[in-house]
Amino acid sequence: MTKLDFSVVIDNLPLLLEGLWLTIFFTVTSLALGMVIGVVVAIFRVCPIRSLKIVGLVFVEAIRGTPLLVLLFILYYALPQVGIRLSAFTAGILGLGINAGAYIAEIFRAGIESIPVGQVEAARSVGMSYGQTMRKIILPQAGTVVLPPLTNEAISQVKATSLVSTIAVAELLRAGQQIISMTFAAVEIYAAVAVLYLMVNLTLAWLARRLEAKQSRGRRRIGQINEVGV
Amino acid sequence: MEPMIRVSNLCKQFGSLLVVDDISLDVAQGEVVVVIGPSGSGKSTFLRCMNFLEAPTSGQILIRGKPLGIYVDGSGRTRPLPPRELNVQRAEIGMVFQHFNLWPHMTAFENVILGPMLVRKLSRDEATARAEKLLRRVGLFEKRLSFPQNLSGGQQQRVAIARALALEPRIMLFDEATSALDPEMIREVLDVMMDLARGGMTMVVVTHEMGFARSVADRVIFLDQGKLLEAGPPAQIFDSPTHPRTRDFLSKIL
Repeated sequence: MTKLDFSVVIDNLPLLLEGLWLTIFFTVTSLALGMVIGVVVAIFRVCPIRSLKIVGLVFVEAIRGTPLLVLLFILYYALPQVGIRLSAFTAGILGLGINAGAYIAEIFRAGIESIPVGQVEAARSVGMSYGQTMRKIILPQAGTVVLPPLTNEAISQVKATSLVSTIAVAELLRAGQQIISMTFAAVEIYAAVAVLYLMVNLTLAWLARRLEAKQSRGRRRIGQINEVGV
Repeated sequence: MEPMIRVSNLCKQFGSLLVVDDISLDVAQGEVVVVIGPSGSGKSTFLRCMNFLEAPTSGQILIRGKPLGIYVDGSGRTRPLPPRELNVQRAEIGMVFQHFNLWPHMTAFENVILGPMLVRKLSRDEATARAEKLLRRVGLFEKRLSFPQNLSGGQQQRVAIARALALEPRIMLFDEATSALDPEMIREVLDVMMDLARGGMTMVVVTHEMGFARSVADRVIFLDQGKLLEAGPPAQIFDSPTHPRTRDFLSKIL
């Protein structure tokens, strides 16, 4: 067995960090796209217009039911056949964003539906429109409810970006693979790649905890049950 | 003078279950009608039809002569009212719920000003003046910056009443407004309701508080299994009910 030599990581750190930067870039842009798609589709799914409900449902089921990798391949390798040529970057952001959008839509829908219907009845009884009720009563509260599952989704997204390595984007995983093809230091480099992913996700998780703490300041949370001495 | 509320042959069905069975009722301006009856008699559903939280299966409700929630189009067909107009109708009818339904992410004060600002298009200053007056009236001015979770049940319900009154409705509906309250808090809410009644508000009150009904109601109606079985002044209903089921119900609770 060859001896492990982690100096190869130091030597190739710039390349790895470039890859890390791209990973973060793809995560942020695809999550942004996913949030926009997610909120829109969630509202489609809960609003009283039947045709929009169906569009929302079909979108969510189609995207959740097929592998992200297949979607990326369709966008990058299959579309050119019908004349649409997307760059690897565009295909990557689109694919990741659409995928995130489907999961975020379900998270938002659950958040919206978690608001007790009595509050909606009170709003409608006072004469508020559906839109006003959404904007002032439901969405502000749903925002707090969706925070934990959304941070989960963000962490998933960081890992999902590794798939764009298959459509010729030199993000972190691909950068690692390129270094290995030159140095053959598979163990050291993959370990470094894993650690870098982990660092991003641990930071995300820490940020999430801070956000949650700030949002539930002064509000009793159900999770505090073990503090009651029951 | 035309009645404030005219309910004609109201029926409400949920699936195969007929919950409101052919009820007709007139409520005059300034009248206080109290609705009593056993659980499951359709009282709440009947009340909720009156601000169109439930859409009637058949029959109609006129509010000051105008049909609630529906209109008749050029070819004589009955169609649902467009949302914008239904919202206007609903603003004229205040509703107070058994479980208060205050918006928990807003203070008491914010709960009360939201309606007037969004629906009556009041400025923040105008809405503030109105809210302060109403919160004083229900005795909660000092608590106006509290969140609902920091208020007792009785206090939350009084805020809910102020919130409904902030729209300056012509009619107030109360759906078992004190049923979820601890006994010592029921009085404070009933006092507010009594005060409203004496001020000439048209009220329809679903309640189990017979003392309130006896002293404040102009008319008491008894519902059982979706049907309006008996109606009359409180003294008549409580002291000499005619229908056997009314007698049976009253014997259980009085």
